[in-house]
Amino acid sequence: MTRLLPLFIALPLGCAFLVNLFKNKKAADLLANLCTFILLILSLATIYTVKAHGIVVYKVGNWIPPIGISMVVDGLTVLLLVTVNLISFLSSLYSIGYMEKYTAKPKFYSLFLLMLTGMNGLIVTGDLFNMFVFLELAGVASYALVAFGTEAEELEASFKYMILSSLAASFVLLGVAMLYSYTSSLNMADIALTLAQKSASPNVTVLFIAVLFLMGFGLKAAIVPFHPWLPDAHPAAPAPISAMLSGVLIKALGIYAMLRVFFCVFGASPLFLETLCILGILSMIVGVLLAVGQWDVKRLLAYHSISQIGYVLLGIGLGTPLGILGGLFHLFNHSMFKSLLFFNSGSLDYAAGTRNLKEMGGLKDAMPVTEKTCLVASLSISGIPPFNGFWSKLFIIVACVQAKHPGYALWAIIGSLLTLSSFMKVMRYAFYGMPKKAYASLKEVPSSMQAAMIILAIICLLGGVLLFPLFRSALLQPAVDVLINGKNYAPIVFSKLK
Amino acid sequence: MIYFLCLVFFCVGLYGILVKRNLIKIIIGMSILDYSVNLFLVLTGYRMGGRAPIYDKTQEVKNMVDPIPQALVLTAIVIGLAVLALMIAIAVRLYEKYGTYDITEIRKLRG
Amino acid sequence: MRNPKKGMTLIVKEVTRLTVGLIFLFGIYIMLHGHLTPGGGFAGGVIIALSFIHIVLAYGGDFASRKMNLQTATFLESLGGLMFLLLALLGLIFTGVFFLNLLPHGTPFELKSAGIIPLCNIAICIKVGAGLFLVFILLTTFRPGGDK
Repeated sequence: MTRLLPLFIALPLGCAFLVNLFKNKKAADLLANLCTFILLILSLATIYTVKAHGIVVYKVGNWIPPIGISMVVDGLTVLLLVTVNLISFLSSLYSIGYMEKYTAKPKFYSLFLLMLTGMNGLIVTGDLFNMFVFLELAGVASYALVAFGTEAEELEASFKYMILSSLAASFVLLGVAMLYSYTSSLNMADIALTLAQKSASPNVTVLFIAVLFLMGFGLKAAIVPFHPWLPDAHPAAPAPISAMLSGVLIKALGIYAMLRVFFCVFGASPLFLETLCILGILSMIVGVLLAVGQWDVKRLLAYHSISQIGYVLLGIGLGTPLGILGGLFHLFNHSMFKSLLFFNSGSLDYAAGTRNLKEMGGLKDAMPVTEKTCLVASLSISGIPPFNGFWSKLFIIVACVQAKHPGYALWAIIGSLLTLSSFMKVMRYAFYGMPKKAYASLKEVPSSMQAAMIILAIICLLGGVLLFPLFRSALLQPAVDVLINGKNYAPIVFSKLK
Repeated sequence: MIYFLCLVFFCVGLYGILVKRNLIKIIIGMSILDYSVNLFLVLTGYRMGGRAPIYDKTQEVKNMVDPIPQALVLTAIVIGLAVLALMIAIAVRLYEKYGTYDITEIRKLRG
Repeated sequence: MRNPKKGMTLIVKEVTRLTVGLIFLFGIYIMLHGHLTPGGGFAGGVIIALSFIHIVLAYGGDFASRKMNLQTATFLESLGGLMFLLLALLGLIFTGVFFLNLLPHGTPFELKSAGIIPLCNIAICIKVGAGLFLVFILLTTFRPGGDK
């Protein structure tokens, strides 16, 4: 299995170039879905590999780091790999039906697979500049995908997203340049060892580099001072791309990169954890307050993305094992129910032709599958038992109280209540109520879209199962251990290189 | 010091992105900012009295400048080129849809 | 340009006819010696793309599309990418290490040395050349109504 690690990057890249050559839509569908399905199987197989061997280190081209690039797979990597590949498989399944309304479907799959390459590459790599290259690859593919429909609003949203996101990537590059100049190495484990040896006192250079990384990755993760691109970019994209952007891109490019750099390379200081908590609470409250008044379904969901990422940051920023468990579990859960919500809004758009809640109404009888899955997702995001959102939010709130920050827990509960109210509004206006005359002849969406939504709804229902000790020790606990023992990353990686 | 030139470029690029209203000027500002970061990256590899890092039969290896930042900058320049091409393509399409390059008039998305 | 379809004046066309072959050859030289002198795949690809753009600018879009048109360029771009990936995967298939430098390293400073690096340069050159030429054509000679 160690030998198959480069396939995470090589397979979607090769399929992206191949799909570009096809003219036949069905052949492009088949190849893209086959590719994402194989990647899903591979990522599930890495769970067993990491359980059996511990951290897996793979040298690309047999060059020894720090001269060569290495791929490092540990618990956190496995959690993100499973999330990214699962959501991408379901998105490509969904887009078989949805993208019929757009032109140039093979080019869509080509860009989609390039974005997947970028994300997979960023998650598995162990080298800092390699991380920047994959960050830009996934970013550029997503700029093109947001503008895919080439309507006026989509182009404007894509341009705004592009300028802000390129600026953030330049900050990251500046940070990498300064870090290379300070430690003369690019390998993350090597930098960690050098930083630990060089400085004990608070060091102005390292603090500046840390702030640069926080700005760069924070903008990719849409944390509150850096969020303005998200409410424009996510609604404008086609629905499967909105699900990918909001479900995995802001997590893989933003949260994962930040965690990897700050916990494993710099070593988490209490100042940084405190900053994460404050930013998390700010994101939570600002996101949900701005979301309650929206009438465009996808814009409402985009603001809720900002809010839920705030929960993840609060959980991880607490620093206790229970808090980090809650935060990472909420990361996984949010991918599931937010993607499901975006798929539902895409179905509403596909069938009714509008995204405005005021124009919809009473679609419960015409679209039963969409209505039931939307109900499941809304209850999950609001934190109603026994869906998966409830468990992760409960862990975060309990961890807040245990860490002697009851104020944070109060803000989290307020955010949850406001989330519940805005989703009751969505359900009431979209599905319940009197059907409008214009929608008398609506049919349910095609079966590929229904299949993707039903699978995600089942995962949302059974998500609590992941907390049973059998599954928790397979998926979540190794990820938590990586972050708790951040300082052990470098010695373990070096010992595996021998 | 030449690092000061990098800072000047960075500030000029940032000024272009923040203050200018024309789309094309924003794109040019973004490019200047990108090039300033690339310049900084190459300069970190300089060694006093070094020569170009090309392996030659007649000269010894000792006093070369650092070749790794040069390889990194090559990649970063290509990435900057790709982003620039995409930005210009979207700007051309924006002109066709809105009829203007002025960003204060391209404001359909609000709230 | 007076007329984008017909191209420029006669003098420009004659000089182009003489020099564009040399530019193409220079690009191939930069690419092939990528492991000996500065340059390599990307720089060679840019110069080769420039030679085709030179033909478009001097002779006009109609004539240039007979030399290199949109479908050929798209096909070449994907082909270049696939070739590079295949070279990387050859290592995985034959020895189990991704991107290993398989072929014999040879003696330094010869043209035929350094394993798979010259082949990678060729793949990158084809991809970059075709890609840059496509970007130029799509930005200047395409009008709404065609594909994106």
